[in-house]
Amino acid sequence: MVLKADDIEKAALLSRLALSDEEKKSIQEKLEQILGYMEKLEELDLKNVEATSHAVSLSNVFRPDHAYTSKEIEDILEQAPDKASGMFRVPKVIG
Amino acid sequence: MTELTELTIGEVSGKLASKSISSVELTKAYLDRIAKIDSKVCAYLTVCSESALSQAKAVDSKRSKGETLSPLAGIPIAPKDIYLTRGIETTCASKILKGFIPPYDGTVIQKLKNEDVVILGKVNLDEFAMGSSTEYSAYKVTHNPWDLKRVPGGSSGGSAAAVAADLCAASLGTDTGGSIRQPASLCGNVGLKPTYGRVSRYGVIAFASSLDQMGPITKDVTDCALLMNAIAGYDSRDSTSINLPVPDYTQFLNQSIKGLRVGIPEEFFVEGMNAEVKTSVENAIKELQKQGALVDKVSLPHTGYAIAAYYIIAPAEASSNLARYDGVRFGLRAKSNSLSELYEKSRTEGFGPEVKRRILLGTYVLSAGYYDAYYIKAQKTRTVIRSDYEKAFQKFDVLVTPTSPTTAFAIGEKTNDPLQMYLADACTIPVNLAGLPAMSLPCGFDSKGLPIGFQLIGKSFDEGTLIKVAHAYEQTHTFPQQKPKL
Repeated sequence: MVLKADDIEKAALLSRLALSDEEKKSIQEKLEQILGYMEKLEELDLKNVEATSHAVSLSNVFRPDHAYTSKEIEDILEQAPDKASGMFRVPKVIG
Repeated sequence: MTELTELTIGEVSGKLASKSISSVELTKAYLDRIAKIDSKVCAYLTVCSESALSQAKAVDSKRSKGETLSPLAGIPIAPKDIYLTRGIETTCASKILKGFIPPYDGTVIQKLKNEDVVILGKVNLDEFAMGSSTEYSAYKVTHNPWDLKRVPGGSSGGSAAAVAADLCAASLGTDTGGSIRQPASLCGNVGLKPTYGRVSRYGVIAFASSLDQMGPITKDVTDCALLMNAIAGYDSRDSTSINLPVPDYTQFLNQSIKGLRVGIPEEFFVEGMNAEVKTSVENAIKELQKQGALVDKVSLPHTGYAIAAYYIIAPAEASSNLARYDGVRFGLRAKSNSLSELYEKSRTEGFGPEVKRRILLGTYVLSAGYYDAYYIKAQKTRTVIRSDYEKAFQKFDVLVTPTSPTTAFAIGEKTNDPLQMYLADACTIPVNLAGLPAMSLPCGFDSKGLPIGFQLIGKSFDEGTLIKVAHAYEQTHTFPQQKPKL
């Protein structure tokens, strides 16, 4: 299993993680080893097998549409790193 | 004289009910022991002395008024620091949640509070429950009470170490690929991973949502049944919680296992398995046979593919679940000039190396071009693994395997080799993929004096049979009474 440096960079970008060159190298090495181990699955004939996304088969879990009191805004904002006027504040998005 | 902290919940509950001791005394005994011993074990991330004592006082006062209370009332418990606890810092052993105080209790914590349980504090884990040794905690390494140079297992290593060292009466762990059972095995405790959907996941920090399940780590099987009575059941706030009646689990104690069909999956007795573990598990099987269980071999042919499938599915789900840690609404926020920089810097500073590795692995296997080759293939493998178990359970009531191929390994032995660390979970991972209940319980010690555990795997929602078999076996030995020297 050989990964391209590109593959790591793309995954890092999608994950919003910044990696130093040293980290990239070490992660590439370890992921190659792990993904190499996964090639084991090639041995299986899975052509006519359905995929399982969940251990219990459930579909359309509904609940009655009742109004209820949600958590208090103040309690939630208590944990905000930055807030203003009852909202989360972040750096300017539109220039 | 037996110390108060050594008693099981079953033993101490009667003393509390008869008022021969108070919850305040019991809570103080644990807090004293934590102050004395935890610098060696390092199980706790947070100790809540004040709130624990005030909870204990409140229970004592209810009791003195003659109120009828739960058998868990006034019992000091320490949940893994992955359970949201209102007003108590919850970090998931990650820097990204340092200082995070949840605005609400998860369902399991709420249920325990309804039973008047005392929350002693929060215990250590591998960051975001990703690990098998508790060495990946961003805060501290927890030590195995039986040998402080060794790991307690993981990811619920703080839970298992705290229970083994009598630093709490019981703990709650979470199990995505073995994180309750493997540390319970390495520390000599009883650990139960219930059927997926049996215990609510609401208010427990998510790792891999199709695999995560909450369960107790206790000193003995009776305590496991008592805790299951409190935490099991349907919860509308967890859409994968299953609405089935919950039995009184204590009714499965003191039952005969005569005629019970026990299957031994040969694939679990693998090469590289420690010989002492093998012998010890075989002896446990003989004991079940002696009590009238009908033992026979069974094959689960796809067992060897479980780790590969798991390490695609779990990181894929984790990469999505952990997207919420972006520095906007809670947790760590790095200084930055733009929103995209804020996301990237907060995540880069906040997550540790193993968590980053798994996020990258998960993102990679889900990304365009690789999705079918990895993710879909892993999900299909999950189907064939499940069907192995469905077939086996047509002939058997319970399956018996080792919990871990080895006893506790040395601190530092596997941290630089993630794949070796992943292989430590070979016996527990298949069960999560199949969604079944499974329990680890002690069955001996190796020549180094380290605990050995064996695993019972049951049919869906048949935790009762596991408790029945485990309790029948537990009557034949004294492992729960043996204590590590600290």
